[in-house]
Amino acid sequence: MAKITYIEFDGTRHEVDVASGLNVMEGAVKNLIPGIDADCGGACACATCHVYVDPDWQEKTGTPGEMELSMLDFAEDVQKTSRLSCQIEVDDTLDGLIIRLPETQG
Amino acid sequence: MASGDQAQGEAQETYIVIGAGHAAGQAAVTLRSKGFKGRLILIGEESYAPYQRPALSKAFLSGDLALDRLYFKPPDYYAKNDIELLLDTTVTQLDRNRKTVTLDDGRVISYDKALLTTGSRIRAIPLPGVDLPGVLYLRTIDDVEGIRAYCTKGAKIVIVGGGYIGLEVAASTKKLGLDVTVLEAESRVMARAVGREVSDFFESLHAEEGVTIKTGQAVSALEGVGKLERVVCADGSVWQADIAVIGVGIVPNQELAREAGLAVDNGIVVDTSCRTQDPDIFAAGDCTNHPNGVYGRRLRLESVHNALEQAKTAAAAMCGILTEYNQVPWFWSDQYDVKLQIAGLSQGYDQIVLRGDPSARKFAAFYLKEGVLIATDAINAVPEYMVSRKLIAAHARIAPERLADMSIPMKSMAE
Repeated sequence: MAKITYIEFDGTRHEVDVASGLNVMEGAVKNLIPGIDADCGGACACATCHVYVDPDWQEKTGTPGEMELSMLDFAEDVQKTSRLSCQIEVDDTLDGLIIRLPETQG
Repeated sequence: MASGDQAQGEAQETYIVIGAGHAAGQAAVTLRSKGFKGRLILIGEESYAPYQRPALSKAFLSGDLALDRLYFKPPDYYAKNDIELLLDTTVTQLDRNRKTVTLDDGRVISYDKALLTTGSRIRAIPLPGVDLPGVLYLRTIDDVEGIRAYCTKGAKIVIVGGGYIGLEVAASTKKLGLDVTVLEAESRVMARAVGREVSDFFESLHAEEGVTIKTGQAVSALEGVGKLERVVCADGSVWQADIAVIGVGIVPNQELAREAGLAVDNGIVVDTSCRTQDPDIFAAGDCTNHPNGVYGRRLRLESVHNALEQAKTAAAAMCGILTEYNQVPWFWSDQYDVKLQIAGLSQGYDQIVLRGDPSARKFAAFYLKEGVLIATDAINAVPEYMVSRKLIAAHARIAPERLADMSIPMKSMAE
């Protein structure tokens, strides 16, 4: 279990508990946080769950895999902290994680 | 947006969504987010709230994804948003004159507007022995749980049909340790969807992973005493089997619409805003036949993307906001370590161009028609897929030698 804060583009904050084993995309969808479409349901096939990981959390969330990196290359407004949230698995070490959402999903 | 008066009027209205799959779930979300405050009812034949079907033959069958992760929205979403879910319930009649639906328990519910998201069902094949225990189809959660009951290590599975579902079931059950054989009646797998080069790749892939694929094998009977024991082909060949999974396509659930006098033609006929000819009835998802401006023809699509986008379009139209759904279709399939991403529809292509190396499990096949890119199959090749979606929408003409040239980055193809 980890407490994750999702911050919408307009600044709205959502602090929710996400069970270990789920991914960061599912944490948002299950808690009805707007801004993540996740059309493919987490198969790393659509690039509509793009988020920014707070820089302090980048190390703990790991580095994107090859497939994810190539998908991100085509998302909009990509930054150094960009990730596909379906590819970040939640565990206890992510307690306190801060995720920012982009203005639109590509 | 609706004016105050309209919103008040709508607050007493009833919208019924017939079907409770992916499109229904999205339509409910969009209706509420667009401000519909009236009574909203989703009616589904299955026992489950809207869930994601694509994972069924992939991560759910292989055991990598638990049931609770399949749901489209959390279970309490519907109650929280005042959405009534009538599950295990079939609509037996849609009466457009009375504006009512009749349920299988005899109840009659009046609607102001109705949305048909009836989806599709498996194409059944009338083979001898098809009713034997051990002969199964795959379309629903219950179907997969039925299949999984047979998935003990070393069990022999024969898959009838080498399309997406058949090959995904092959990959998933191989992972579970089964002895897997795929029988395809055509001369190659996925013949309806992809070119020969891509079929060849998938046949080699499955062979490398230890799955037996036999093409040109028309199944003629399923045999056994009290349960399935073997699958028999027209050429006399016999395959021992503990379980057979039949995956030979799906058909649209259009009967309710047809009996209500709505136009059906390989799907319920709708316009680009998902309206039927009845101003109070809309349709979205697998069950529709809709115009597509990218290809300049009508389509019936079996895909999540289509279900989601049509659901959003239909729900908006029900709220009086007319938008047009006109997009490049896309699909994906997961088999072993291969992610196949498909942009567009290749039907009618006259040239196929390969880029990359199939033996490295990383390449793309571009389908051209009179020089225009109409579809791309990308195997572990995301840039090829993502750029193609844009190029296909733009009816781009790109020289085949450029497409094939790996020294030219995909991103610069659009320039």
